Amino acid sequence: MARIGHSWGRYPKASHTLVNVVDRHQPLPALDRAMLPYGNGRSYGDSCLNDSGVLLHTRELDHFISFDPESGELDCEAGLQLADILDLIVPQGWFLPVTPGTRFITVGGAIANDVHGKNHHRAGNFGRHVLELELLRSDGSRRVCSLTENRDWFAATIGGLGLTGLITRARIQLRRITGPWMSTEVHRFENLTGFFRLSERSDQDYEYTVAWIDCVASGRELGRGLFTRANHAPAHPDHRPVAPSRRLRVPFTPPVSLVNRLTLRSFNTMYYRRQRQPVAHTTIHYEPHFYPLDGILDWNRIYGPRGFMQYQCVVPPADAEHRIAQLLRTIAASGSGSFLAVLKQFGTLPSPGMLSFPRPGTTLALDFSNEGSRTLKLLDRLDQIVAEADGAVYPAKDARMSGSRFRQYFPAWASFRPFIDPQFSSSFWRRVME
Amino acid sequence: MLNVLIFGATSAIAEATARRYAARGARLFLVARDVTRLADIAADLRVRGAVDVGQATLDVNRLDAHASVLDQAWAKLECVDVVLIAHGTLPDQGACESSVETALAEFATNGISTIALMTALAPRMEAQRHGALAVISSVAGDRGRQSNYLYGAAKAAVSTFASGLRQRLAKVGVNVLTIKPGFVDTPMTRNFRKGVLWAKPEAIARGIVRAADRGRSVVYLPGFWLPIMLIIRHIPEFIFKRIKL
Repeated sequence: MARIGHSWGRYPKASHTLVNVVDRHQPLPALDRAMLPYGNGRSYGDSCLNDSGVLLHTRELDHFISFDPESGELDCEAGLQLADILDLIVPQGWFLPVTPGTRFITVGGAIANDVHGKNHHRAGNFGRHVLELELLRSDGSRRVCSLTENRDWFAATIGGLGLTGLITRARIQLRRITGPWMSTEVHRFENLTGFFRLSERSDQDYEYTVAWIDCVASGRELGRGLFTRANHAPAHPDHRPVAPSRRLRVPFTPPVSLVNRLTLRSFNTMYYRRQRQPVAHTTIHYEPHFYPLDGILDWNRIYGPRGFMQYQCVVPPADAEHRIAQLLRTIAASGSGSFLAVLKQFGTLPSPGMLSFPRPGTTLALDFSNEGSRTLKLLDRLDQIVAEADGAVYPAKDARMSGSRFRQYFPAWASFRPFIDPQFSSSFWRRVME
Repeated sequence: MLNVLIFGATSAIAEATARRYAARGARLFLVARDVTRLADIAADLRVRGAVDVGQATLDVNRLDAHASVLDQAWAKLECVDVVLIAHGTLPDQGACESSVETALAEFATNGISTIALMTALAPRMEAQRHGALAVISSVAGDRGRQSNYLYGAAKAAVSTFASGLRQRLAKVGVNVLTIKPGFVDTPMTRNFRKGVLWAKPEAIARGIVRAADRGRSVVYLPGFWLPIMLIIRHIPEFIFKRIKL
């Protein structure tokens, strides 16, 4: 039965046949159309879509296999969500080695997109912490892949966008913590130079760093924002930080995007001015720290029925400040952008994945309301700057980059191609191979 | 420690319920047909906090095999605090209308096997003088509707049997709990178009555990099915005959 679906960005729309994978021991179904594994659909663009094809839904592959609370090694099925893992491990003194900004993604998705988080400068990508994974191919073969076994398959599958076969299970090394609390500091900075200065000073002593920036600000205020740095807080019996509050939900999709010139400018200015003092210290629960947007269910609806496009790029360190300034000027001049624009310094730890996105430099991520060709043209202009800087754009968030840009950003695409399962494909891959 | 015995343990509702008991540190004994899936679920429940998980394979329609599975379960758990009977199929009503054999086979799976299990469980629970016997019936058993009356008839038999058994066992401190879920989004209903009345198995599981904890007799899950079924049960036949449900 074909169904119309979309990814987290609600753009583009695609028609799929959904097939649930119920048992990881069984071979893949024999189908006459191309397949693509599908976890929780939190990729923003079309890398988790397969228009006119089949989506292999991994929702039911949600079993833990084993967990050793001594060593922190977790073995689980690939459809398990990070939220379920956190519920289990945090009370036992463990945390995810790397987590993106939402916990509603699957382990398989985390590997296939080789996700990163606020600790990239210290821990690298998710893929670095995968001890082993099992890859099931459409020909029925199974491979256990790791840094020592089937190494080439391991490298292709980490960041491989689900194209090399179905990841059925993975073994992950977790990270020790003493409790669920985070000790955080928020520093206000007045411009882009302030961001780079704070990053340089913080990356050594703080495990998690990220900055919110006001993407509307321009001139001398270009790149102003709030820099958050944090560490896991030690257990403290007298200290009772605020527990996570109730979740809200955007109850319906408004007929037009609620993000426009007016709301954008007023929100961003207010948010920047919200913090009166230059530095604020707090101890908070890990949930609002890592997953502020998970507190608002279905937040992607605020962009209205046409959806939005997220743009995340990285530019190399050599002229990062100059390039980010160029990008921000272009965005501010366009009058579009989002409430949440994020800037972060990546570290230098390499990923085992061939098509992994993070690399040394500065990454910028923000959303754009889908206004059709106007938005597409703006993003093409941003691509121009990123390409000149020898940077890259993140496929997990993309719905529009051209094939030539993709191949420039990810030169390993040609050596990756032979690892693609002949029965697998995605809307993204067909688009960038055109 | 809480000891829980589950039949049809690979069903979505049963698995979600088992996870809630596992998180409480229960000891579980799982019964189902598919041995590999049973092993996967057992491993998962151990990680989720179950102190111990035993398992046995059983095709519920092999009534002669019931007794030995119950022996194994009691040998493992000694005293059973909660029994959940959750196995079932969703018959194709059309197929049941064109084949007597299919109709009776489906009735056996959804009705007779459950009644057989409850009959065999009753004296054991009675001897314990303690515990909850929860059985998954369905809102479909409240009134026969043209769209699935074979299934409805089997579930009606289960509900009526459970009602009588409840009256009998209440005297010795054993609670029989009849669970009547509405539409649940599970592998059994994969090909249905889902609307606002559909619930997730996790929500049903939460309701089952709460009802068992509180010693309830009959629960509709989610609760809004109670007024809906009240209305459906009271539609006069002369109207009921003319509508499609």
